[in-house]
Amino acid sequence: MFRRAFKGLWSWLDDRTGVSDLIMPSLTHLVPHNARWWYVFGSATMCAFMIQVVSGIALAFAYIPSPTDAYLTLQFITDHAPIGRFLRGLHYYGASAMILMVGLHMAQVYLFGSYKFPREMNWVTGVLLLGFTLVMGFTGQLLRWDQTAVWSVVVAAEQAGRVPLIGDWLARFTLGGDTVGGATLNRFFVIHVFLMPAMIFAFVGLHLLLVLRHGISEPPTPGKPVNPKTYRQEYKELVEKTGKPFWPDAAWRDVVFAVGMILVMVLLALVFGPPELGKAPDPGLIEANPRPDWYLLWYFAVLALLPHGTEQWFMVFGPILVGALLIALPFLSRGGERSARRRPWAIAITLLTVIMIGTLWVAGARSNWSPDFNPQPLTAQVVGVSSGPVWDGAQLFHDRGCLNCHRIEHEGGRRGPNLSAIGNLLTRDQMILRISNGGNNMPAYAGNLKPAELNAIVAFLQSRKGNVKTPAGGPVNSGN
Amino acid sequence: MSGSIEPAAAPTTAEEMSRRKFFERLSLGLFAFGSILLVVPMVGFVVAPLFKRRPEFWRSVGKVDSFEIGATTAVQMEDSSPLPWAGVTARTAAWLRRVDAQNFIAFSINCTHLGCPVRWLPKANLFMCPCHGGVYYEDGRVAAGPPPLPLPRYQVRVRNGVVQIRTQPVPITR
Repeated sequence: MFRRAFKGLWSWLDDRTGVSDLIMPSLTHLVPHNARWWYVFGSATMCAFMIQVVSGIALAFAYIPSPTDAYLTLQFITDHAPIGRFLRGLHYYGASAMILMVGLHMAQVYLFGSYKFPREMNWVTGVLLLGFTLVMGFTGQLLRWDQTAVWSVVVAAEQAGRVPLIGDWLARFTLGGDTVGGATLNRFFVIHVFLMPAMIFAFVGLHLLLVLRHGISEPPTPGKPVNPKTYRQEYKELVEKTGKPFWPDAAWRDVVFAVGMILVMVLLALVFGPPELGKAPDPGLIEANPRPDWYLLWYFAVLALLPHGTEQWFMVFGPILVGALLIALPFLSRGGERSARRRPWAIAITLLTVIMIGTLWVAGARSNWSPDFNPQPLTAQVVGVSSGPVWDGAQLFHDRGCLNCHRIEHEGGRRGPNLSAIGNLLTRDQMILRISNGGNNMPAYAGNLKPAELNAIVAFLQSRKGNVKTPAGGPVNSGN
Repeated sequence: MSGSIEPAAAPTTAEEMSRRKFFERLSLGLFAFGSILLVVPMVGFVVAPLFKRRPEFWRSVGKVDSFEIGATTAVQMEDSSPLPWAGVTARTAAWLRRVDAQNFIAFSINCTHLGCPVRWLPKANLFMCPCHGGVYYEDGRVAAGPPPLPLPRYQVRVRNGVVQIRTQPVPITR
């Protein structure tokens, strides 16, 4: 009886609201029978986004977007609120998954040539969604509102400031005024919680409408190029002949993959928890070491490694150029071969991008260009003696900041060359010249050292022959 | 009555055509007017603070005698645009050096590369930046790394035995 009543109620509701008419076409639309596991990344991205929405709403119940309170509420969420630690972790790994899946989705669509006619606008809306996702990642890190967040805003404002003509205006807009302060956090809160999610919802909707309009692309066949004149007809015949309804024939793979992804995220959040909260957001605290979260760490490396003189241009036009190229892609190669086997350049570009970002990412994680601010004084074991000019030189090498950038055995920075065996390479005079005049990104020390100090440092460096036995056993070669 | 809405019949007379044209223009025009009415104040509210005059204030950072001659120390102060609710974020800092009995130099802590806070290494007589490895000499000139400009300086004065620094907006390199 209940069953009948329920059925009656449902058919009334369905008739008056038209739910079935709205949803059924998207569930039953035919998809190519061989669109299998390569096609799961798009729905996985959307799944990660939904997790971000849900966990974000939950976090917003406790978060206060105020410059004084945000940090306290983060401490509360992390350390005191029940399940708060897990939720923060989930939101972080959800963001990571979303960025990873966007990347995979994009690579797959590119390698399968799915962006070609008639799906150009699927690609363009996807590029915009990638941009929104990166903005979400950056602003999300700022909402943590610790010391790193504060300095990240300054770094962002400085980059905005390099834009010609309106740079100053953009920088002030980023900071919300002249300094990091009362107005800064709120604008990033508004962007992260209202503006960008609204844009993502709108463009995901459009993106999906376009998927329905043009159909899911069939896996490419080598030697079967896209001909804009005949493609639509061919696609129609293909799915009508061999296609399968999206639900459940294709959708089950999306569900399996998405649930697997959720499991991994939950596990990561439980085991590793959220990223560490930094020091308080006090711009007056000078001891800071700002680093972006992992998904932007590679760009941090780009900013450090750009050759002198190019960065002014790169900072502004680099991102614009990449965005423009991405958007232009489907219009530059509209038809032709889709299969990656016939598009060696597509494979090369994808590999190159992955290798480039991967290498920069490792470089960013190491940050060899940053000085070591707390090198320990060199021990007698490393120096080889415990008195005399060589010993004095070793102490000066530490005190005068040489060790902040140069490595001796296992101590010191990696900004400059490792000097563990410099005694084999440079003569006394060459050393004096280099230390006094600097060069190659080294400060000139002529005004900073007395002759006796310079002599001691040179004596110490002359004694560096790379033959000190390290705890690991072998001699340390000069590297980098 | 049938549930579907009949498509509008094609206009038959010239009078009807001009009437329809009029309604079309009226509706679009009113829509644009209403939108402007709402958008202008909203956008204005968001961007107005950017056109405000940039305030600069003298901030006391300590008694003259509390600074050692020759030493460079970090001093904290309130920034140039503290909003009442800014709390700890209204603070900023500067590197202050006492040159002699009455003279001081104050450097911005913001690296001219991307604004990270530089640190003073007293024995090395250098400022170093933790972000991308910028290095400055003791007078603020660039010694190494990516910074395009010397470290900016703030005005300093001594009033009634107290050192005061003129706070400024975060220096933005252009």
